[in-house]
Amino acid sequence: MTHHVEPRKVYFGIFAALMVLTALTVLVAMFDLGRFNIVVALSIACAKAFLVVMFFMHLRFAKPLTQVMVAGGLLWLVILLSGTITDYISRGWLGIVPGW
Amino acid sequence: MAEHPAVAAHHQFDDLEQQLDASTLGMWVFLVTEIMFFGGLFTAYAVYRSAYPEAFAEGSHHLDLTLGGLNTVVLIGSSLTMALAVRCAQLGSNRGAANYMIATLILGLVFLVVKAFEYHHKYVEGLIPGPNFVFDSPHARHIELMFCFYFAMTGMHALHMVVGAGLLIYFILQARANRYSPEYYGPVEVMGLYWHFVDIVWIFLFPLLYLIGHR
Repeated sequence: MTHHVEPRKVYFGIFAALMVLTALTVLVAMFDLGRFNIVVALSIACAKAFLVVMFFMHLRFAKPLTQVMVAGGLLWLVILLSGTITDYISRGWLGIVPGW
Repeated sequence: MAEHPAVAAHHQFDDLEQQLDASTLGMWVFLVTEIMFFGGLFTAYAVYRSAYPEAFAEGSHHLDLTLGGLNTVVLIGSSLTMALAVRCAQLGSNRGAANYMIATLILGLVFLVVKAFEYHHKYVEGLIPGPNFVFDSPHARHIELMFCFYFAMTGMHALHMVVGAGLLIYFILQARANRYSPEYYGPVEVMGLYWHFVDIVWIFLFPLLYLIGHR
């Protein structure tokens, strides 16, 4: 079989990177950056998730069909989040009082 | 290296390679439905957090950052051992796969025990939403809502951990029975995909619940 077997040190390297990012996100939370706290926290979480998906879950070596499937899933998640949040943020912009 | 029994692909597949690709794809399809499931919870959390930012910040001060951080380290550690278990299975070492999955199981149970201590502490403090919820703050009602989200999200995550622990026990027994080989390690790979997914959910829960608004 031609499946790719990662060298052990790749996994330990990814683990170390995940630990560093965890420490970083806790450290940043100690400072008041206003609305940037959530931006930084979620960016670090996305970076960690990316490492897990690509290396631990072997998505780098998966078939293109599988990769497209995962990308499609993420696209729907973005639609869910952006659709809902733009709705809630923009309520009241037109100054129309709800009728109930 | 130990002798491995010859394994035939299920009859609908051309060969074991195609069978592995199919089961990997199938697991990812399931995980995408899980992304949408947890995505709904995260979306609802985002809506209410933006509606009541002070209340959510005040509530998150009552979460234990030390225990949350400890559990993050434990869970990422369990992902490492799970990845190493898959690697052992790929190389045909059933003994290594079983041992690394036992380590994964132990770390998963440590996570659940720490979580149970956190829940117990919330119970003692009167932070369980419902008639006994006590919070001395003008935002008390909205903080109660925040704790509804806390218990719903971490509870669903913990339920996934319990399911994962049960699955691990099965795959540990299979590995101890010498079932896997470099040609046939798909079940361990798919178990790994599930376990890493649960890890990723926590990677987002930890900053959203414990960290944002902490300072």
